[in-house]
Amino acid sequence: MKELSYSEAAVLAVEREMQADARVVVLGEDVGRGGIFGQYKGLQQAFGADRVIDTPISEAAIMGAGVGMALAGLRPVVEMRVVDFALCGMDELVNQAAKNRFMFGGQGRVPLVARMPGGIWDASAAQHSQSLEAWFAHLPGVVVVSPATPQDNYSLLRAALQCGDPVVYIEHKTLWGFRGEVDEDLAVPLGKARRVREGNALTLVSWSRQMQACATACDTLAAEGIAVDLIDLRTLWPWDRETVLASCARTQRLLVVHEAVQVAGFGAEIAASAAEATGCRVARLGAPRIPVGYAPVLEAQSRVGTDAIAAAARRLLG
Amino acid sequence: MASSISTDGRGLALYRAMVRIRAFENAAEAASQGGVSAYGQQAAGSAKVRGPLHLSTGQEAVPAGVCAHLRTSDYLTSTHRGHGHTLAKGADLVRMMCELFGKATGFNGGKGGSMHIADFSVGMLGANGVVAAGLPIAVGAAHAQKILQKKGDITVCFFGDGAINRGPFLEALNWARVYGLPVLFVCEDNRWSATTASGPMTAGDGASARAGAMDIAATQVDGNDVFAVHESAARLVAEVRGGGGPRLLHALTYRVKGHVSVDLAAYRDPAELAAALETDPIARARGALLAQGLDAATLDDIENAARDEVDAALAVADAAPWPEPGDAFTDVQTTGAGQWL
Ligand SMILES: Cc1ncc(C[n+]2csc(CCOP(=O)(O)OP(=O)(O)O)c2C)c(N)n1
Repeated sequence: MKELSYSEAAVLAVEREMQADARVVVLGEDVGRGGIFGQYKGLQQAFGADRVIDTPISEAAIMGAGVGMALAGLRPVVEMRVVDFALCGMDELVNQAAKNRFMFGGQGRVPLVARMPGGIWDASAAQHSQSLEAWFAHLPGVVVVSPATPQDNYSLLRAALQCGDPVVYIEHKTLWGFRGEVDEDLAVPLGKARRVREGNALTLVSWSRQMQACATACDTLAAEGIAVDLIDLRTLWPWDRETVLASCARTQRLLVVHEAVQVAGFGAEIAASAAEATGCRVARLGAPRIPVGYAPVLEAQSRVGTDAIAAAARRLLG
Repeated sequence: MASSISTDGRGLALYRAMVRIRAFENAAEAASQGGVSAYGQQAAGSAKVRGPLHLSTGQEAVPAGVCAHLRTSDYLTSTHRGHGHTLAKGADLVRMMCELFGKATGFNGGKGGSMHIADFSVGMLGANGVVAAGLPIAVGAAHAQKILQKKGDITVCFFGDGAINRGPFLEALNWARVYGLPVLFVCEDNRWSATTASGPMTAGDGASARAGAMDIAATQVDGNDVFAVHESAARLVAEVRGGGGPRLLHALTYRVKGHVSVDLAAYRDPAELAAALETDPIARARGALLAQGLDAATLDDIENAARDEVDAALAVADAAPWPEPGDAFTDVQTTGAGQWL
């Protein structure tokens, strides 16, 4: 085991996959110098500019070329810089990568991993702070992954590169420096949630950076005698229904928390599924439906904080 | 040029390629009567080809002349108007018709139809329902050919004159030139984009001028002269195969039919169509071949054989089974597939 940052863990994952499989290539803006978050650091020196490819600022072409490369036998890692810019390659993801296999009757496969860091990036305002994971979960044909820890970023990125489907891989823009133990031999399957804490009072489901706020809220609640079953979803599609629903059946109360706008968020999907399957009480907590503002006081309006999470939990129990 | 082509058999091969495309599309057009239009009608029960059908009637010289130089291992991407490209790349005509009918025996198992016609086994990576979407995909396929050192293999990318006004065109050409990729861009400039004439919507001199701005050598050709297309493509394909980087062929042709099969193109000046019909590529090639001394019976045989082949395909497609309802759930994805319906 070694201690790595979230971004170092990602580098290690890509490095291991590139060593294991000559078909794995990386393409995107600034990846040669390591990527803007250091998440490709040293890879071009190790594997050459033919496998770690610096590209023009052409998100449609990066994503579209990734599709063409995948069809022609490569396994590209497609870097979008931030999820906000991935929108410039949306046809290439939604209509091409996600649909290719089905539309052509299984003739083609698009095993690409599209990395698109998401979430609020401090003081970066409305075009660099979005959480759009629900859009992608809505899209048949793709896998959606959103790791919260260095270990998961390592293990899930490797799993994504091995899975053979197009994967939307959403790292959090402010988790890059977050450190933790990484076991290089630990495989984490896609679609399997992680139980972070055990408790019988309430099921709390979240993912990505919001896990940290949830963990702090759980401390507060524990001091009040409320034992929370905290689940890190890790993969949004496929999501781990089994783990979540089993917990809900036990606790009869579910709170889903996400950084994304609450309206039409993925929390609604989980809450509805849990209510249908177990009849439990549900609540969800996300950001208001406003663009993320620049000034700290404005940005704070979009943040789902510890206090709000604890308060929502108490309401659900009351 | 025409003489050497006509005497060594290639002229007949080009003629046959064009005639097969025409016969296929004429039959598909007839089978699409009552099918959906671009204007929101519902498909009648009698329509065998129910979905939108974009015909390349009058444009056959371009795929015939270009694809004559391609190998199975070369890749091809196409547009919504892709029957000609697919046939010319060597796809099986019967399975194509089955796909247009939506049958299980079609190339895509009935999941794609005309607009997504494809045969990956001959390198034809698919027709596309999104204008200009094939360009970045072609560039990626060519990039893979370079990385995988498939020396001598190339990718050909067909697109319409309307596509050059979308961003992916610019991004793809720049990309191809920056990395020196083995890709031949072929603009089928048929003068129309759906119901709008392309010229007034396009600044500057079109595809070849834009290629020139990105230092990609471009050639303009009379796209209704199959021998001229064949000759230009021969040179460009050889240059691309030889590692010379991307090239662009700007083929000037004409869209004889409406945008989709049920579109009568009433928005178009009939005089324009009448003038264009005088340069029909098949009639011109026939005239040129006859003038070279080939006899009419040989050409008639080619036409009759194409019609017979298409008739047989129609019968096969008609008799073929529909996909199973459950097939709608296959080939979506492996991870997370079919867990919740
Ligand atoms: C991105 C996008 N916008 C609009 C359309 C609708 N559409 C389909 S074909 C077409 C015209 C395309 O013109 P051109 O590229 O010249 O090809 P042609 O149809 O003439 O062969 C349009 C507007 C589309 N399919 N995709």
